[in-house]
Amino acid sequence: MTTPAEKDIVIKVENLTKRFGDFTAVNQISFEVNKGEIFGFLGANGAGKTTAMKMLIGILNPTSGKANVAGFDIYNQPEQIKRNIGYMSQKFSLYEDLTIAENINFFGGIYGLNDDEIKFKSEELLTKLNFHAIKNNLVSSLPLGWKQKLAFSLAIFHSPKIVFLDEPTSGVDPITRRQFWDLIYEASHNGITVFVTTHYMDEAEYCNRISIMVDGEIKALDSPKELKNNFQIDSIDDIFYLLARKAKRIE
Amino acid sequence: MRQLKFLLIKEFQQILRNKLLVRLIIAVPIVQLVILPFAANYEIQNIKLSVVDNDHSEYSRKLINKFTSTNYFLLNGYFYSYKEAIHQLEKDNAELIIEIPKNFEKDLIRENETKIFITANAINGQTAGLSVSYSNSIIRDFNNDIRIEWLQPARINSLPTIEVTSSNWFNPKMNYKYFIVPGLMVLLVTLVGFLLTTINIVKEKEDGTIEQLNVSPLKKYQFILGKLIPFWIIGLVVLTIAQIVSFVLYGIYPVGSYLTIYLFAAIYLVALLGFGLFVSTLAETQQQAMFIAYFFMMIFILLGGLFAPIENMPNWAQFLTRLNPVSYFIEAIRMIILKGSGIKELATHFGIIILFAIIFNTLAVYSYHKTN
Repeated sequence: MTTPAEKDIVIKVENLTKRFGDFTAVNQISFEVNKGEIFGFLGANGAGKTTAMKMLIGILNPTSGKANVAGFDIYNQPEQIKRNIGYMSQKFSLYEDLTIAENINFFGGIYGLNDDEIKFKSEELLTKLNFHAIKNNLVSSLPLGWKQKLAFSLAIFHSPKIVFLDEPTSGVDPITRRQFWDLIYEASHNGITVFVTTHYMDEAEYCNRISIMVDGEIKALDSPKELKNNFQIDSIDDIFYLLARKAKRIE
Repeated sequence: MRQLKFLLIKEFQQILRNKLLVRLIIAVPIVQLVILPFAANYEIQNIKLSVVDNDHSEYSRKLINKFTSTNYFLLNGYFYSYKEAIHQLEKDNAELIIEIPKNFEKDLIRENETKIFITANAINGQTAGLSVSYSNSIIRDFNNDIRIEWLQPARINSLPTIEVTSSNWFNPKMNYKYFIVPGLMVLLVTLVGFLLTTINIVKEKEDGTIEQLNVSPLKKYQFILGKLIPFWIIGLVVLTIAQIVSFVLYGIYPVGSYLTIYLFAAIYLVALLGFGLFVSTLAETQQQAMFIAYFFMMIFILLGGLFAPIENMPNWAQFLTRLNPVSYFIEAIRMIILKGSGIKELATHFGIIILFAIIFNTLAVYSYHKTN
């Protein structure tokens, strides 16, 4: 599926486009993501980040363009892609009326983990998040930050090659966000490629490379350091404002 | 298979945790079976009757007596004029007016002929029709009585009359409960199964959890079975509760076999839940789902033959009932309970309901997309 030279590229996107009627949500974007990388996908609300991500994880059909995720084609092999990725949506889709332990069991189970794996990994997860004492509490009773940490841990529970995070830290305090990024670093350290959308510019600094999306197009793509050099601006925030100011779409 | 097991565990954990829902699933069939058979009473009694007797004769009194001595009519009062009586009808104090003309007795004896005027309140057409036909048979009866009275006893035999004796096969006492309760069972199973399935899936859409399932390697058939099986079981539980209640309360048990009922119900539920799944793919919010589900429930009920006999419907409506799976189950369960029909006699019904199951589930599978 992949040639030796492309071995380390886990996501390859070429001219990917999505139109809804005469509205072009994503306009001919192209980029590559390397294995083990933390790839930041920046943009204002409505810039097309979520739409682009949904095409990559196989729940939305593109209008045109090509994309390859984890070595599989998004048109023909969406089910193989699903086996190799994890996903955490903006809504942190845990079952609120199930307990922490029940959620862990369920997501472990539908990804085909066997009983021993589920048992071992859930022990590990509960210890890491310090959730042992509350594992039988309903998810609905947890504070937002804890839910997000649990949702992330479940998104990588089955050891996927890539994890897709859609604005994972919106609405939580800076300390919890910092802790959340510690989890992301740890996953990346363990060889999981992280694809994360955000509109917090301080988080962009944590990424290996970032792309800035404006009106469905990628306007800049590089490491935070290189971007600052190229634009001769010393904060990502200001670069973002410079690019986003040209946006025509209204939030 | 393993994935399906986890889906089922999850579904039952959620349902059983919803204490109110569990109580409703148990209470709804009991309450409805206790109340509705009494409310859906087809027998009409105590029709309020106003009398305008302009004759005040022996015969006019005899006729009125004949009316009031039955359970069907309840005398609301005598009035001097038709105008007063119609006023009673307008105020809803009367549903039927009999006006006996002046010289009723005289005309009857001298001319061998007289007229009676009957007015029925037709706001409720069914009551009006029945009360007029009750009146007709009472008057006919009265007519026979006086003819016999006038003829010499020896000549009675020469009076040519045809007497109609009828017997009600399969329901000898014409107990309407035997007719209504089996149909209610069907509606209860339908209501619980159909609404719960539809709402359940749309709730996952609203919560965004369905997206999480769509990005997982879960197969389409696993997802659909994971949603069908729990509500299939709940449907059969509701049916069982309904059977117990109707036996304990009304002494209704099938002349045929329980096995036939359950076999039919099992297939029927697959069809119905498939339809529920299909509807849930059309709706994005629980509000929309409720509305669509309610729309279909109304059609299921009104074109199901429970309250209005299908034979009385116009041809186009009869055709629509043939597209309504509920009508087949109501017909089948009545045949099993009242008539003792078995699988052989119900072969057509089984065939059609299997066809429904295949069509609806195919529709559901095709319209549920993991990818949009």
